[in-house]
Amino acid sequence: MIRAFEAGIAIGIVAPLIGMFLVVRRYSLMADTLAHVSFAGVAVGLLLKINPIFSAIGLSVIAGFGIEYLRNSRRIFGESVLAIFLSGSLAIAVIILSLAKGFNANLFSYLFGSISTVTTTDLVVIITLATIVFLDVVFLYKELFFTSFDTELAEASGLPVRMINLTMITLAAVAVAISIRIVGVLLIGALMVIPVISAMQYGRGFRFTLILSVIFSLVSVILGLFASYYYNLASGGAIVVVAIVIFLLSLTTARK
Amino acid sequence: MTLEEPYIEINNVSFSYDHTPVIENLTFTVRKGEYLGIIGPNGGGKTTLIKVILGLLNPTEGAVMLFGKDRHDFKEKYRIGYVPQRITQADKNFPATVFEVVRTGRIARLGFFERFKKEDILAVEKAMEISGISKYRDTLVGNLSGGERQRVFIARALASEPDVLILDEPTVGVDIGAQKTFYDFLSSLNRDQKLTIIFISHDVDAVSQETKTVLCLNHNLVCHGLPQELLNEHILERLYGKHSKRVPHEPNKKE
Repeated sequence: MIRAFEAGIAIGIVAPLIGMFLVVRRYSLMADTLAHVSFAGVAVGLLLKINPIFSAIGLSVIAGFGIEYLRNSRRIFGESVLAIFLSGSLAIAVIILSLAKGFNANLFSYLFGSISTVTTTDLVVIITLATIVFLDVVFLYKELFFTSFDTELAEASGLPVRMINLTMITLAAVAVAISIRIVGVLLIGALMVIPVISAMQYGRGFRFTLILSVIFSLVSVILGLFASYYYNLASGGAIVVVAIVIFLLSLTTARK
Repeated sequence: MTLEEPYIEINNVSFSYDHTPVIENLTFTVRKGEYLGIIGPNGGGKTTLIKVILGLLNPTEGAVMLFGKDRHDFKEKYRIGYVPQRITQADKNFPATVFEVVRTGRIARLGFFERFKKEDILAVEKAMEISGISKYRDTLVGNLSGGERQRVFIARALASEPDVLILDEPTVGVDIGAQKTFYDFLSSLNRDQKLTIIFISHDVDAVSQETKTVLCLNHNLVCHGLPQELLNEHILERLYGKHSKRVPHEPNKKE
């Protein structure tokens, strides 16, 4: 339980930090896509008997680069690229899982999150990677903001926008992969996006909105984990329901 | 009179999109202190030319020299302030304050991981002051009118303390009353701040009244010189086709 809380807080901070940049780029679906890719990564990990968190990170980073490459080639719409990766990786995951029937019992926890399955190794990996993602966002804040606000202006100012975009996608892939233990494949997209949208209702600047979204996310994670613990609920579901309640409150309390 | 220092030199530049030529064999020079208007029909290569100058597109042929250096060796990107075209369509929901947007103008002067310093913030405050948007410092950009947002993007360009300001169709989506104020503002930047200005417009009258020199572009150079001498029916016909007529306007008081 303590481990789940520590991991949950790390994820609760990192998910909206990355989610903010995805939302303002109209790229909300990216989180869901990477989550499904992570799921295929988990399946690969279970099949090869390696820690699924590592295979999930590896596969989603590779997929992230692939998505960015296809998007830049301009032969396919950005959204269509996401659709291909989302359903494609789910297909691969299902095939792997049906090939190896033994571990289906574990599956539910990866889909919807579970607090009882967080091991000490998981906790160390989650906190280390979350710290790296957090520091990256802090130190590259001005570059990430500028590129998200106007890519062409950023490029005209001499910023290496392709490199920044690849960094962004790698950070997103890592953030998603470390979140699936607690929040689950099907709900991590919600934790990355909903607190951000709630914070945006208050019509404030980027920095303020970013900080507010982290607060909303942390409240969702902490209350969600308590509910999950005391009522034995899937943690991902409980967390996202709290996030949605916060969103509804933000709709009614924000002065717009 | 000696010629001023050349800031932007375009030498025999051509550019094609997928084998469709957009700019053909273009040569001209922009010198310090100039106020140049670029006119021409849609699809005539105006925006493409700007993107070539900014390094966003590579010319198919020819050379671009910026401040005496080949564009590949030119690293002081902050010396060119760019105000893009689609400001009025910019995402109204993007959560960024005026201050946050204007501050991006300083990024070209900073390294990776480098934080904004006091001098950066002072330059941002000054740029907002000159552009008359200091009072909107903490307002979301999306909540401003078209004309106000235009000024935010100019302040953003000015914050880098550039030597050249390039504006692409700056008055699109700005109402007529605000346009006049806006042109006066540009003139004062050229006159008082000694800023070299290049501005693209399809509005021939605005260019002829406001700028000191004009360049007409329709794939290649149709004319380059003083607006009074150039903007006659013959030139306009070559630019916009036979049936274009210039609508007469009030006599220009400056003449």
